[in-house]
Amino acid sequence: MSSHAQGVKERVARGIARRYRRERNFRLAGLGAVLVGMAFLAFFFYTLIGNGYTAFLQTHILLEVELSESSIDPDGERDPQTLGRANYQGVIRNALMARFPQVEGRNDLRDLFALVSPGAGFELRNQVLANPELVGQTIRQWLVADDDVDMLVKGHMDRTAEESERRINDSQLGWIEQLEADGSVARHFNHRFFTSGDSRDPEMSGIWSAVVGSFFMLLVTLALSFPLGVATAIYLEEFAPKNRWTDLIEVNINNLAAVPSIVFGLLGLALFINFFGLPRSAPVVGGLVLTLMTLPVVIIAARASLMSVPPSIREAALGVGASKMQTIFHHVMPLALPGMLTGTIIGMARALGESAPLLMIGMVAFIVDVPESPLDPATALPVQVYLWADSPERAFVERTSAAILVLLAFLLVMNASAILLRKRFERRW
Amino acid sequence: MPSSTVLVALLGMTVVAYVLGRRRSVRAASNTGLTCHSLPGYYGSYVAIWCALPALLLYCLWQLAEPGFIRTQVLATMSAATLELPEAELGLVYNDIRNLVEGNIVSGEPSDEILAAASRYMSLQRISNLGLMLAVLIIGLTTLGWAFRRVEPGLRARNKVERSMELLLMAASTVAIFTTIGIFLSVLFEALRFFQQVSPLEFLFGLSWSPQTAIRPDQVGSSGAFGAVPLFAGTLLISGIAMLVAVPVGLMSAIYLSEYANPQVRSFAKPMLEVLAGIPTVVYGYFAALTVGPLLRQFGEGLGLSVSSESALGAGLVMGIMIIPFVSSLSDDVINAVPQDLRDGSYGLGATQSETIRQVILPAALPGIVGGILLAASRAIGETMIVVMAAGLAANLTANPLEAVTTVTVQIVTLLIGDQEFDSAKTLAAFALGLLLFVTTLILNIIALRVVRRYREQYE
Repeated sequence: MSSHAQGVKERVARGIARRYRRERNFRLAGLGAVLVGMAFLAFFFYTLIGNGYTAFLQTHILLEVELSESSIDPDGERDPQTLGRANYQGVIRNALMARFPQVEGRNDLRDLFALVSPGAGFELRNQVLANPELVGQTIRQWLVADDDVDMLVKGHMDRTAEESERRINDSQLGWIEQLEADGSVARHFNHRFFTSGDSRDPEMSGIWSAVVGSFFMLLVTLALSFPLGVATAIYLEEFAPKNRWTDLIEVNINNLAAVPSIVFGLLGLALFINFFGLPRSAPVVGGLVLTLMTLPVVIIAARASLMSVPPSIREAALGVGASKMQTIFHHVMPLALPGMLTGTIIGMARALGESAPLLMIGMVAFIVDVPESPLDPATALPVQVYLWADSPERAFVERTSAAILVLLAFLLVMNASAILLRKRFERRW
Repeated sequence: MPSSTVLVALLGMTVVAYVLGRRRSVRAASNTGLTCHSLPGYYGSYVAIWCALPALLLYCLWQLAEPGFIRTQVLATMSAATLELPEAELGLVYNDIRNLVEGNIVSGEPSDEILAAASRYMSLQRISNLGLMLAVLIIGLTTLGWAFRRVEPGLRARNKVERSMELLLMAASTVAIFTTIGIFLSVLFEALRFFQQVSPLEFLFGLSWSPQTAIRPDQVGSSGAFGAVPLFAGTLLISGIAMLVAVPVGLMSAIYLSEYANPQVRSFAKPMLEVLAGIPTVVYGYFAALTVGPLLRQFGEGLGLSVSSESALGAGLVMGIMIIPFVSSLSDDVINAVPQDLRDGSYGLGATQSETIRQVILPAALPGIVGGILLAASRAIGETMIVVMAAGLAANLTANPLEAVTTVTVQIVTLLIGDQEFDSAKTLAAFALGLLLFVTTLILNIIALRVVRRYREQYE
């Protein structure tokens, strides 16, 4: 063996350890990258659920509420109008004073009254209106606590902190502890969160009006983007000649899929609201904007599923005398439909999570009422998240997280159904 | 009578037309003893299409022309003093009239003149609706009758119906084109109005951004500054941070998942990364503002650095995480498309797996990867909610990622939230920014799509 070959062999042998080390490092770097993504996901869900799960429970205070006839219905006629106008807040205040007779002085009384939410009076009123027989009775009633009390009971506020550092002062803390001692403070399922609209009081606010707004918007989006998207896909895939025009359409669709969503919002503002004069904050405008946004997604998915139908199906249909239109609508479409639906559901899920274009068209309003039609002012679930995230109250933090959890649950259901649909109907030709 | 009744009536007529056409073809066939060219349903559809389409076209034209017509007619009867008002105030007066008619809240006590105009508006609207109803009925019935009489066994109804369906499909495919044109024109139009008030050079190269315009003309500091350079710098800084996170992590995970991971790991980890792409951006924004921001601040304090609570770093980091799946799934596709021959050749020469990846696969896949990165960059530049919630509003011209900066999208949102007038430079500035954003992302997208496409063709 020549000395030259010997040298090469040695050089290679010397390098091998280093090369294997680099191989291992490279591989670890790849694994690390995957783990970074997963770690973020875990951290993300951990903080979100940790912040949010408490919002599904709400602190209530048990009080003996005297619905005396003299204060609620002095005429004794049970007229709904009189019943509706009575001072229920006052009734609750009396109940609080009766519970803590030792409290005196304006400031102390105000602190005491602040324990119960201002919304409790409305709920009491609705209860009396629904059941006028309650007038004249004294009922034991669980009343909604104020959001600060709620935070304290849930442990988000440090009881041992300096008085000036917490929003509940020492005397309030004393009363709460007194109530807790005899079991008059409890956490119940927070049904208001799912049934009411937005509110300035965190304890009274809910996501229902936002959910309804999102629903109307998705309805408009689905009704427009599915037929339009499928029609476009059929034309491009089955009819269009290969020329510059169809090439332009293709480039356009691919490009629209990557245009920032906020630009669609600008289009909606300038075109639908400013030019056509459609109402602001209405789900119908939101639906139109989201339609234009999801259309490329639907088209691309529908084309892919048309493409996956083998040509033999078309040839067989044409061979027995079907026209081109009949071939497509009677034979190709039914086979491509599951794929099209999958793509549409994924597009809808994206539309549901979108908020930037909705800010442009005024769907960031403070909406208390539940919208009754796509023309009523409304907000959407992700926009509600945005609005609450800006609110300073500590109680809105948990509500924002809870709203996000609800939003993610909707998205999960939609995506899971898309995957199921694909699994169930996917065919290998 | 609302105009939607007209549509319902037209729908009813169309159904009747279908039934009539279908029945006539069946009768004609049995009377003459000839076989019809098409199935009966096609004759029905033929008559129905003829009944519905012309009337629908008329309906749309009418709806477009009606508001302008009523406006001129109503304003024509108003006093000369009102008509001499400037355009904007006249618009307010007209709005009052319409609000009065629709039972909305009116500004102030309506004058007699406005009341008279409102009643005129109402009667005009009633006449217009009646006219529309009549016109639609007449047109619909005429065309229905015409098409009905043409139904005979020799009529090639299927070909005609299918032809009109094809035209319908073609019309649907132009929506994408119209969307692009619509975006471009609507943004360009408002942007041009902005550039009449602020020079494009000042906008593109000015170093200070404070879009405050005066409410009163004598107000101090009324001019406002529209130099967008701080916004570009902020956008680039945040997107740059995001790309610094997303490109290495995304690329390395794509390499690991496509080259190293066994099928079980791959089938678990890939969907997990895709979940990151499915999380709504507003959720990322909330996370960046309420969790990452304070965390970075604490961390910075520990190191003795002052970190702004709305730092570019926080927004950029979270945005980077959001973009990881874009980079990784595109790179994954591209790496998988590299032919196995290249790998085998490299192994045959004695290269290790990582050497093969670095020296053979990556260079071969580079164009596709670059295309994917460009697409991801365009997404980072256009991303809105994360920066709106987690980046600042103040236009700082700085390269320090620990300070608060603002971006193009943040400014668009802040300028356009709430009520706006469409003649102030402040509102129009948003559209100028939007134009810039649209053009930038358009160029990035076109280059990226072209690169990816050419790359795919190379190995197919």
